[in-house]
Parts: sequence; structure tokens; C-alpha cells
Amino acid sequence: MVTQLTQNERFLGLIILIALGCLGLVMAAAGQHDPIGMHGWLVVVCSIVMIFVLANGYFAPEPSEARLEHYYDDPSKVGIVVAMLWAIFGMFIGDWVAWQLVYPDLTFDAAWSSFGRIRPAHTTGVIFGFGGNALIATSFHVLQRTTRARLPDQLSPWFVLLGYNLFCLIAISGYFMGITQSKEYAEPEWYADIWLVIVWVTYFLIYLRTLARRREPHIYVANWYYMAFILVVAILHIVNNLAMPIAWNQAKSYSAFSGVQDAMTQWWYGHNAVAFFLTAGFLGMMYYYMPKRAGRPIFSYRLSIISFWGITFMYMWAGSHHLHYTALPHWVQTLGMTFSVMLLVPSWASATNALLTLNGAWHKVRDDATLRFMMMAAIFYGLSTFEGSFMAIRAVNSLSHYTDWTVGHVHAGALGWVALITFGSIYAVVPWLWKQPRMYSPKLIEWHFWLAMAGTLIYVFAMWNSGVIQGLMWRTYNESGTLSYSFIDSLVAMHPYYFARAFGGLLFLLGAIIGFYNVLMTIRMAANVETGDEAVIGNPAAAGE
Amino acid sequence: MSVGERDPYTGHMTTGHEWNGIKELNAPVPKAVLFFLAATFIFALGYWILMPAWPTGVAYTRGLLGIDQRMTVAESVAAATRDRAVWAQKVIDGDYAAVQADVALMRTVRQTGRTLFGDNCAVCHGQQGQGGKGYPAIAKAPWLWGGEPETVAETIRVGINAAHPDTRVSQMMAFGRDNILERPELLKVAAYVHSLSHKSDAPAATLKDGKAVFEANCVACHGDDAKGKRDVGAPDLTDNFWIYGSDLQGIYETIYRGRQGQMPGWENRLSSLERKILTLYLLDLRQTRN
Ligand code: HEM
Ligand code: HEM
Repeated sequence: MVTQLTQNERFLGLIILIALGCLGLVMAAAGQHDPIGMHGWLVVVCSIVMIFVLANGYFAPEPSEARLEHYYDDPSKVGIVVAMLWAIFGMFIGDWVAWQLVYPDLTFDAAWSSFGRIRPAHTTGVIFGFGGNALIATSFHVLQRTTRARLPDQLSPWFVLLGYNLFCLIAISGYFMGITQSKEYAEPEWYADIWLVIVWVTYFLIYLRTLARRREPHIYVANWYYMAFILVVAILHIVNNLAMPIAWNQAKSYSAFSGVQDAMTQWWYGHNAVAFFLTAGFLGMMYYYMPKRAGRPIFSYRLSIISFWGITFMYMWAGSHHLHYTALPHWVQTLGMTFSVMLLVPSWASATNALLTLNGAWHKVRDDATLRFMMMAAIFYGLSTFEGSFMAIRAVNSLSHYTDWTVGHVHAGALGWVALITFGSIYAVVPWLWKQPRMYSPKLIEWHFWLAMAGTLIYVFAMWNSGVIQGLMWRTYNESGTLSYSFIDSLVAMHPYYFARAFGGLLFLLGAIIGFYNVLMTIRMAANVETGDEAVIGNPAAAGE
Repeated sequence: MSVGERDPYTGHMTTGHEWNGIKELNAPVPKAVLFFLAATFIFALGYWILMPAWPTGVAYTRGLLGIDQRMTVAESVAAATRDRAVWAQKVIDGDYAAVQADVALMRTVRQTGRTLFGDNCAVCHGQQGQGGKGYPAIAKAPWLWGGEPETVAETIRVGINAAHPDTRVSQMMAFGRDNILERPELLKVAAYVHSLSHKSDAPAATLKDGKAVFEANCVACHGDDAKGKRDVGAPDLTDNFWIYGSDLQGIYETIYRGRQGQMPGWENRLSSLERKILTLYLLDLRQTRN
């Protein structure tokens, strides 16, 4: 891989790594009495490992000029493998969290394994580790194909991919040590946040620089979504994480916001993280891999436009539906609720556009589990957005809020939509990237599909049931006008559902492990059979995709 | 300029653009989408007109219905309080015996008390008041501080070893850790205490020595007869109720390390009505349990 970098890029890479390693040393030394010191060492170790990797190919000959005629896919390849690793890690932790809710003793009496620490390790692992890497990897792939332009250089994509994973490592190792700024989905502390900003800006610049050199007059829909994802996540991340560290050599910081402003900023962030991380980015994925795999044109360009701008405009207002019936002023809640209701239409328009794209390819859906992953993803996308808009109505939210219904909704989206579209896209792109006619085992894809379906349905139905039961128990009054049930009563009622959820999650995790095995075996197939070189720019037929 | 072509399957024209083999149809936006866009917008518009909605600088549009969530909450709390007042006033005004004699009122006490107990007390004392290690089984164990309704209510109000200024205070010293007694004495007194409630196979001499140690160190709190003293919250050591374990090892540990269990005072968390209900509920629970 290093051989693909020019001499200049290798040199620059080395400088960056050395600078990073020094920064790590400073953190380790200055923060020796604080958890930030541990992170300093983590940075040092990561830099040294990468310096070794780089040194290994440092004096290899320069890549030939002919490379510029090809797409640059190495970062995508690594990104996909890393995404699958994170998937297994994140879902393993998720299932552990789920079993902890059934058997609380599964913390084994340690601090690092307590519910409050491994829960964010789960959410960060799956959303940022799995989802984020899959998005970065596929976005590079899609961007080049749809612009017919190679990535602008060989170094910056690696900086983005590896830098991003360093962020994920710092984040999750921090939770185990008890470092958090207590904002859901934005738990990492200030130094990790600053690092992510640098990485993310580079990511955005790669997009702009590639688009500027595009040989295709129009920008494809998938790129609208990927760009919205990158740009908006940058804005959200910067604003929500504004904070003042208590000292520059300590991990702890205080948010720039307090009270109800803090809550509103957090959920403006939180909901738009759902919108632009968990939705827009993956819609980008869907808009490329689904029509490619189905061999059908997108059903309607005009529908794409309406959905894109509808989603982009309306999601921005919807965050306050996470704060119904709180100290947040009523009028803010009204806006959140009404925009959430309107948001349903562009959301369903996207799902419709996807499903109608499959018209003429339904026989493929029947036979091809990869395409079926994508189809079910579109259906779950429709389902979870309908559910979300419904839950955003204040009266409904008074029942669903604080209950497992929310968790059910989350995973209808996260498992049914985010994970399924990702697995489908990975199964489509892996043979293309590694120049194979197909995945190692179509049969294992079938297995994965049905395990994922069973897992998702068990998970979601269990949570709907327990959520509604919880919600009702908490608001039932006896004839004296006092509450009928104590909180413990509702916990006892949850027990069987928590068990079911943990079991469903286990199935889903097994599916992911099978998927990882399938990907690895496909890569091995590629290693055994030497096929042509990289995909040639603007030549889909030759590239076999 | 790009030229579209006709898709044979749907009959729609494509836009003429192509990205690595992907084309797009120029199909019109389905009527249903436009309809629902309009419908949800009209819904939103109506909602904005009726409810508090848009900011106008320092104020906001209040909506024709004049609804505000704070008012709604205040009203429903007031309404609920009014509804409950039917029986609540009787509980507040009546003395304990009077409430206990009122069958209908006691039904309410049981219903309400069960939830209050579950939400506030059960984490330590267990849902049925069965207790657990470190927490007395208040549904049946003898009272540490007295079982008169007023006394129980007072214990609930101020707590035990709590932050409340009037808290009940009780502490058993760490006879071993603080070197008040030597190890042989500890072993003997433990054997003696154990023998008060268990059939003991300890040698008579040990028990005799143990008794001497007990009389020299423990009777001030636990009483000459080892039956405890309620004014200091010292438990009866002759019965079968144990907070920290009844076997020899458990007893030894208690004597070695001392004990100072805590119960929070509830004065600032529960209203006097709620505390009275809990008192009545607890006494009732014990009655049905014993
Ligand atoms: C094996 C599969 C999975 C299992 C067993 C699982 C389990 C769990 C559990 C037990 C919780 C905590 C719920 C609670 O606090 O009551 C949770 C939360 C969460 N999970 Fe998962 N999860 C899985 C996969 C995923 C995936 C793939 C994603 C995202 C792509 C995801 C996103 C989330 C999010 C966002 C939350 C926080 C929800 C909230 O705060 O309302 N999970 N998960
Ligand atoms: C039209 C689209 C959607 C709307 C209007 C919507 C609305 C909602 C609402 C009302 C809640 C509950 C807030 C609460 O009571 O605390 C919620 C929670 C959540 N939704 Fe959605 N949702 C939508 C789509 C999605 C999708 C596609 C995902 C994807 C994965 C998703 C992920 C989440 C997450 C992670 C939470 C939990 C936040 C938390 O409390 O930690 N939503 N959403």
C-alpha cells in the first residue's frame, strides 16, 4: 500500500506521524496524573506502528504515472475490513449491554465494564466505528466512480481513514477509563473532538477537490447525500462540542452551554446526527449500490430532488422532539413536532424512490440476498421514519418517551436500515474492489440475511412490547388516584423482553461474524487468483462494476 | 446536451445523465407525495395557529387555544390533588387508630402505600419488606427504634445515621479493628452471642468467658439480657432476625468491624401525607405478615 504513495507523500506522511507521536508524548508527559496521559501513550503507540508500516515501503520505487488512469481504492478496501471489525466489536458490546439488562451481575464487579461505560462503547462502536468507516470507505468508492475522477492524492484519504479510527479508539478507550462529557453520541472529550475536526475538514476537502476535477457534468445524487453528511456533521460536531477544558493537560472540560440551552443544543446535534450521519450518508450508499446491483435506473430524478431538499431542510428543526414535556418552552416543542410530521413525506419519498427503482428487478431481489439486504433496508427506513414522525407527536411521545419504545425505534433504524444497507453495499462492493466475479459464498450471504432479519424482528418486537407496557404501567392510576405500579414493578415486567432482545441481538451479531468471514475469504480468493490491476477510470465494463 | 432514452420496463424517459452505468428516469413526482406534502403542511399550519409556535424576538405566538404546557401541568396537578383530597384529608386529619379502623381508607392506604414503598424503600428493604444483607426485614423483624406508629413515622422522617439534623444515631464500635478487644476475646464473645440464638457446641468455658466479655463491653447498648435497647437502636441478639448474617462468621465480622447502617431521612423527599401512608402501610404489612 505504501508503494502507491509518491516519495513526497511518504515524506509528508512521516512528518505527520512524527509530529503526532511527539504530540502524544507531550500529552503523556503533561497528563501523567490524568487519564489524558493514557491517551497520550495511545497516540504514541499508534504513531509508532504507522511509522513502521510506512518505513517498510519507504524506499520502494515511486508508483508509475499510469496510476492516474486508475481509481484509487486501497483506502476503501482497508476501510471496509475495519468497518466489519468495528461491527463485530460494537455489536458484541451491544449484546453484552443487552445481557446486562437481563442479568445485572454481568458487570463482573469492575468499573470499566459497568453499564454506564460499555453502553457508549456500544453506540460509538456501531455508529462511528462501523457506520463511519463504512461511509468513508464507500464514499471514496462512489465519489470516484460517479465523477470519473481519481481521488486528488494518495495521502489524504489515508489521513482521513486512519485519523478517524484513531478518534474512535480514543473515544472508546476513554469510556472504559471513565472519560466522558456526558453528551449522548458526543461523549469524547475536547482533545478528541479537536482531532476529529482536523480529520473531518480534510475529508470534506477531498470531496471538494475530487468534485472540482470531475469529468461528469452533473453531480450524482449519492454525492449530494455524502456531501450533506460530511458538511452538516462538521457543523454539528463543532457547535455541540464547544467547551472549555479545566486545564490543557487534563481530560475534563465544561460545555459552553448550560441548562435548557445545553439540552437543546445537544438534541439539535443528536437528532441531526441521526439525520446526517445515520440517514443522509447511508442514503448516499443506497443511491449508488442499489441501482448498480439491480441494474435499474433510479425511479425518479425529480423525486430525488424533493426528498433531498425536504430532508435537509426539515431535519434541522426536528431536534426538540427529543425534549417534549421538559423545561424547553412549549413553542420550541411545537416546531419540533410539526417539522417532524412534515419530515415524513420526504423520508417516504426516498424509500419509495428506492423501492420503485427495484421495479423490473424483483426477480433479482428474490434470488440475490445482497439486493434483498438493500430492499429490506429501504423498507425499514420507511418503517422507522414513520415511527419517528409518529413518536414526535407530543401526545404519543408522552407515552413513548423514556421507554424501550425509543430503543426499539432506534434499532429498527440502526439494524433494519443502517446495518442492512451497509451489509448489502459491502457484499456488492467487495467483489468489485477485489476483482472477483462474486462473494466467496452466496450461501453464507443468505444465512447472514436471515439471521439479520430474525435478529432485527425479534429485537424490535420485543422493544415495542416492553416499551408500550412500560409506558402504560408508568401512567396507570388506581381508583384512589395514585400510581398503580412502582418502577420496580415495570422492571420485573421487562425481564422477558430484555431476554428476547438479547437473544435477537445475538443472532444479528452471528450474522455479522459470518459476513466478516465471507469478506475475508473473498479477499483470500483474490490473493490466490491474480487478476488485472486497478479499476480504470470511466470504464465500468472493464472494471466489472 | 444529454438526450434521454425510453426505459422499456416503465415506459418513462431517462434524464440522459449517466454515472458509471447508473441512469435516472425522469418520472414525475407521484401525486401522493405532493398531496401528503400539502396535507402535512396544512396540518402544521393549523397547529401553529392554535398552539404556541413561532418566536417573535423576545416573545412568541401564543396560539388561539391559549394552551401552555406549564399551565396544563399546574391544572392537572391541581385536579389530581382535588380528586385525592376526598381521602387524603381524612388520612391527614385522623389519628393512626382512626385511619386503621376505616376499612375503605385502609384500602387506599394499601394501594398507595405499595407503590410508594416500591419506589422509595424497596431497593434496600425488598419489595415485600423482606430485607437483605445489611437491611432489616421491616415486614417482620422486631423494631430497632420502636413500633408505635408515631415512632415509626419519626424514624422515616429523620432517618438513621442520615444527613437530617434530628437523625437517629446509632453506631456499633469496631471492637476488633480498633483494638478494643483482643482476638481471643473476640472469638469468645462471638461464640457467646451466637449461642444466644443458636444451639451451640462451643465449650462451656468459652461461653462463660464470652459472657464476661459481653457484660463488660456490650450490655450498655444491647442490654443485660441482650434483648437490645430501642432508645439507641441496638438490636435484640437473642432472636432469629439478623441484619448482617447469623452464622458465627457473620457475627464475628460485625463485632470486628463494627456497624453503622444508614437509612436516609425522608422529610425533604416525601410529603407528610406520604410518610403517614408509608407508616400505616408498613404497620398493616406487618400485621398481615405476622
Ligand atoms: C447486535 C446488535 C445490537 C444489540 C444487541 C444492541 C443492543 C443495545 C442495547 C442493549 C442498548 C441500550 C438500550 C438501553 O439503554 O436500554 C443499545 C442502545 C443503542 N444502540 Fe444498539 N444494539 C445492537 C446494534 C446496534 C447498531 C448496529 C446500531 C447502530 C448502527 C445501534 C445503535 C444504538 C443506539 C443509537 C443506542 C442508544 C439508544 C438510545 O439512547 O435511545 N445498535 N443497543
Ligand atoms: C422521519 C424520521 C424520524 C423522526 C421524525 C424520528 C423521530 C424520533 C423521535 C420522536 C424519537 C424519540 C425521542 C424521545 O422521546 O426521546 C427518536 C429517537 C431516536 N431516533 Fe428517530 N426518528 C426518525 C428516523 C430515525 C432513523 C432513520 C434513525 C436511524 C437510525 C433514528 C434514530 C434515532 C435514535 C438513535 C434515537 C434515540 C435518541 C436517544 O434518545 O438517544 N431515527 N426519533
